[in-house]
Amino acid sequence: MRRLLWPILILAALLLVNVIFTPGFFSIQLREGHLYGSLIDILRFGAPLILVSLGMTLVIATGGIDLSVGSVVAIGAALACLQISQDQGVLVAVALSLGLCLLLGAWNGFLIAAVGIQPIIATLILMVTGRGLAQLITDGQIITVNEPAYKLIGGGYLLTVPFGILIVLVVLAVTAFLTRRLALGVLIESVGGNAEASRLAGIRARGIIVMVYAFAALCAGVAGLMISSNVSSADGNNAGLWIELDAILAVVIGGTSLAGGRFSLGGTVIGALIIQTLTTTIYSVGVPPETTLLFKALVVTAVCLIQSQAFRDKVFRRRGGTAPPQPVNEEKVRVST
Amino acid sequence: MLKRISTLVVAGLTAAALAACGTGGSGGSGGTEGGGSGGDSIVMGFSQVGAESGWRTANTKSVQEAAKQAGITLRFSDAQQKQENQIKAIRSYIQQKVDVIAFSPVVESGWDTVLKEAKDANIPVILTDRAVDSADTSLYKSFLGSDFVEEGKKAGQWLVEEYKDSSETVNIVELQGTTGSAPANDRKAGFAEVIGADQKFKIVASQTGDFTRAKGKEVMDAFLKAQPDIDVLYAHNDDMGLGAIEAIEGAGKVPGKDIKIITVDAVKDGMQALADGKINYIVECSPLLGPQLMDLAKKVVAGESVPARVVTEETTFTQEQAKEALPSRQY
Repeated sequence: MRRLLWPILILAALLLVNVIFTPGFFSIQLREGHLYGSLIDILRFGAPLILVSLGMTLVIATGGIDLSVGSVVAIGAALACLQISQDQGVLVAVALSLGLCLLLGAWNGFLIAAVGIQPIIATLILMVTGRGLAQLITDGQIITVNEPAYKLIGGGYLLTVPFGILIVLVVLAVTAFLTRRLALGVLIESVGGNAEASRLAGIRARGIIVMVYAFAALCAGVAGLMISSNVSSADGNNAGLWIELDAILAVVIGGTSLAGGRFSLGGTVIGALIIQTLTTTIYSVGVPPETTLLFKALVVTAVCLIQSQAFRDKVFRRRGGTAPPQPVNEEKVRVST
Repeated sequence: MLKRISTLVVAGLTAAALAACGTGGSGGSGGTEGGGSGGDSIVMGFSQVGAESGWRTANTKSVQEAAKQAGITLRFSDAQQKQENQIKAIRSYIQQKVDVIAFSPVVESGWDTVLKEAKDANIPVILTDRAVDSADTSLYKSFLGSDFVEEGKKAGQWLVEEYKDSSETVNIVELQGTTGSAPANDRKAGFAEVIGADQKFKIVASQTGDFTRAKGKEVMDAFLKAQPDIDVLYAHNDDMGLGAIEAIEGAGKVPGKDIKIITVDAVKDGMQALADGKINYIVECSPLLGPQLMDLAKKVVAGESVPARVVTEETTFTQEQAKEALPSRQY
């Protein structure tokens, strides 16, 4: 919990800034039969990012990285909308699209675990070709669909709560159960610590790696469905563009080390919420578009510095009190085969 | 062993994929090779940006159909959004000694060398849709395309007309295009110039929506919460406007009534929303510049002088006009 303290404080600070500029920021009303308010917006628009980041967390925990999730978002959205526009049932379309995403993720995992390509290169392949694939599916056009059942996924409400938020809660609960209540989390962390040593210890490292990439792609696929359903259209060019970078940032802000070997699901969720709140803040405070990127860069730099133990110790040097435990030097043991 | 098998699998799949690409590629380029130097008819080399949107596809079709009607042999190539592809295409047109080259530049800069090569080969060049920022204007004969400032002005004029009897403050929010792009800069400037004459028009918020529906919806949702009173939305293209409509409906307001909406482009989805009364006014940005391009090409090849800037013939649509135009809309 202590590790989550700073991300939570940062999120709270960002929300407070919003209240200064928009007094009614925290108010949540019932409008048109559903919850309505800025906080709901942050959750609703942040839902795809949270999902992609959850998948990314497990990938990063194995010491890998997945650059292809943005393209997978576009592919998932494109295939589902294409099927629906051809009068296919929504369930069939969703199943087909998620199936393809799983396959793409497994392909990533196969390249990394079995062929031995470095994760950043292996997923870069799909990142580049995946956009092309999405364009191929949509024929370079924006596919518009009018299907109330599909609209529910990203733009609809169930019992006044946005459906996307419910999906995130379910995925989060299942992931947390599998990795924290069962041994899976420990296995993933051990593969991230040292894949070869884990294998020698009897863990099926290859299977675990294929699984996490498939999971990341599945999460990206669901995020793609949400994004496209929210605007009732699939845009092969722009859906999920650069979301992989936001997801990596969310994971890092949440306290998961890029070196692998440990992860924090709660941290990732808060990291993703920080990024979405930052975006909302830019709109409601009215930062001019020309300086938006600079503003974001400054905030992210500040967030990363505050997150750093070494930086905090230097700036707020505390005398007397017990020094916080230094993180153990994570030197990886290499086992030659 | 497993490693060896997987390497073989990857190698095999890659080879298969490459073979597939190979056949597809040669099929595609067959269109450019064919045609020959068909007798007396004019041969035009046209390099298109890509096929990124419905607008662009309509643009391509218009050029192809107009060429057929005008009896001009068209050698068409698709640059897939890459400048190097476009430069390659222009070089190959120069080698094929076409009579005239036309292209829509992917980006504004970096054209001097290849355009100079065309000039040295005595092949006239016409720019369509987008401009280049070359200092040497002798490198091309003419630029045919929309006037984005004028589009912004038309949007502003409708607004001034709509509110001419009211003296209350009109609160406007603006969804800009991709930051730094020519259409975003110019549509903003033209609009601001017209409404700037009257103090009652106030732009209370202006953010970029990257020309996409998803961003348009997200930004509009934030505007609706941050600004208590919004009378008018001005979106730099239809897609952002369509996204914003969903946000407005989600907030329990009626688009087109509670918040008046002006957009630019007039693509089919936008026209449908206009006919449905969800958008109030659309300024057209027409992709159908094929016929004008062929006229220009004939004049240029015949050695006649042509104006350095030709503006596409464009119109504007109100809700009634949209209902009439919708059935015959091509894109």
